[in-house]
Amino acid sequence: MKILVTVKEVAEAADDFEIEGTDIGEQFLEYDLNEWDDYAVEAAVQLSEEYDDVEVVSATIGPERSEETIRMALAKGVDRAIRVWDDDVAAADLDVAAKTRLFASVVEEEEPDLVLSGVQAADDGFGATGVSLADEIGFDWAAVVNRLDTDDDLSTAHVHRELEGGIEELTDVDLPAVLTIQTGLNEPRYASLRGIRQAQGKEISEFGLADLGLDADAVASPIERTAMYEPETESDATYFDGSADEQAAQLADVLRDKGVVSE
Amino acid sequence: MSDVLAVADHRRGELRDVSFEIVRAGRELAADLGGDLHLAVIAGDTEAFADRLSLAGVDAIHTVDAGAEFNHDLYAGATAALFEELSPTAVLMPNSVNGLDYAPAVANRLDVPLVADAVGLAYDGGLEATREMYGSKVETAVEVSEEPFAVTVRGGEWAAVEETADVPVETFDYEFDESASGARVQGFEEVGAGDVDIADAEFLVSIGRGIEEEENLELIEELAEVTGATLSSSRPIVDNGWLPKNRQVGQSGKQVTPDVYLAIGISGAVQHVAGMKGAETIIAINTDPNAPIFDIADYGIVGDLFDVVPALIEEFN
Ligand SMILES: Cc1cc2nc3c(=O)[nH]c(=O)nc-3n(C[C@H](O)[C@H](O)[C@H](O)COP(=O)(O)OP(=O)(O)OC[C@H]3O[C@@H](n4cnc5c(N)ncnc54)[C@H](O)[C@@H]3O)c2cc1C
Repeated sequence: MKILVTVKEVAEAADDFEIEGTDIGEQFLEYDLNEWDDYAVEAAVQLSEEYDDVEVVSATIGPERSEETIRMALAKGVDRAIRVWDDDVAAADLDVAAKTRLFASVVEEEEPDLVLSGVQAADDGFGATGVSLADEIGFDWAAVVNRLDTDDDLSTAHVHRELEGGIEELTDVDLPAVLTIQTGLNEPRYASLRGIRQAQGKEISEFGLADLGLDADAVASPIERTAMYEPETESDATYFDGSADEQAAQLADVLRDKGVVSE
Repeated sequence: MSDVLAVADHRRGELRDVSFEIVRAGRELAADLGGDLHLAVIAGDTEAFADRLSLAGVDAIHTVDAGAEFNHDLYAGATAALFEELSPTAVLMPNSVNGLDYAPAVANRLDVPLVADAVGLAYDGGLEATREMYGSKVETAVEVSEEPFAVTVRGGEWAAVEETADVPVETFDYEFDESASGARVQGFEEVGAGDVDIADAEFLVSIGRGIEEEENLELIEELAEVTGATLSSSRPIVDNGWLPKNRQVGQSGKQVTPDVYLAIGISGAVQHVAGMKGAETIIAINTDPNAPIFDIADYGIVGDLFDVVPALIEEFN
């Protein structure tokens, strides 16, 4: 069995940042493995530990810089990695459909039995690629999975989908499938020193559009970001200034005023 | 063309709030487009739902009588089929958990661009949508240069339409064999019950990832103790197993409405805010002056919780 995990390197804005054009200035961004994908990687690695002959392959759309993140996934037990990038991809504003086309070509190449992806990416928060991909490649799917059990013959996944308000939906999904993984599904491991060392020797294959049998049209997107700005705050909060002691004293007064703390 | 098709959301016999909000989003967009607003009601007691959704601004309701509950194959298939029938310019779906489970498939099947989790929509010769990025620290405008298009709308961003009207209801025939679907819903389970119901608390001291390590929780427990507050948290604390699920505030946790909600080291992600914005007074302690939690706070301390919380404990000791 082969499990493909989509892995994204996401950008996080520093506490103090400036917007330059339609994005936050590069110098204010820090990069990390997408939180939701970390749980997806863990789920895949756990399955590979549970069953014989499971290969876990990660797939990333991202520039060379993202190899750092990919190595992290490799250190946690992913067997090998694929990174999709070239000048045309770099120049494009990738929308869900473009990412779907890229990953669908990777799926065609790799023929996985199961695809795991994070529910959403922490930076752009679209939350759509996994299900869109499933529909494109004709796999079954389940979104927002926070519990996963598989039948011994790996024909069916029994999942919980976490709905709103503390309610979970119990669903059976036929494999092959795409599951989008919610945080809390498992406990993502830390990369061990041994894992980090081993990761250095693992393969990261690079695919450009041509390698995937695609051309620049595949990443053309009708959705364009035209502006970015800091949101206007709806409330005008009263801020407590001074030292921590002074701030705490003012806060304590408010709590007493509101009558929620009795002494 | 120039019509809007919106899809209602319901679960276990109840329409969800976003169904009434999506009517407003759809009505406003249809007005910009100069077209009609069609509302789709799929599965369950569609007759009763259609009755409740006969709202001002809806031009037609289409019911799809198939299945008792949400099934994404049904929703994706029926929505796409209705779309083919009506040829609207826009299809609006909720960015709910079920929306996450079928809206991307609809967009892919129809080969139309998808804008997910929109918080604002305007049309002037083309769609311009407002979205958030980087954990709600910034807003963006996105333009869509192709029609038709699909949008999922964030719950709580449009005011619910309550005014009723007499809306014509039509049955839309869509064949669906649930047993042939690759995903079969087996039931539901409620999670997060426990000794404490944070929904009853008057004063919640709520902790987020800013606490960094499990052993630091003691500090917050001490604060809760000296102030007589109930302890709650954001999701990562529960994901880490540091507090039980019944303490989680938010979209997938509990909805709370205390007199005072003290958010410590919580950024204010939309799914967290969904659970606590109804608090009477919101107070936030966070090192990041740009943390979105300050946008909804009444009182704020830009500071390190490891300095402020011990000082606050001192105040009440
Ligand atoms: C489908 C779905 C459902 C979800 N449901 C929920 C839900 O029900 N509830 C929920 O909470 N989340 C939910 N989430 C997750 C949500 O998107 C966020 O990931 C989560 O709320 C972030 O929690 P946080 O604010 O504690 O952590 P972070 O976003 O990491 O924020 C930590 C904050 O602590 C601050 N900080 C760090 N150190 C200090 C310090 N020393 N002193 C003071 N401040 C400090 C930082 O500046 C930061 O603002 C859901 C997500 C999805 C996709």
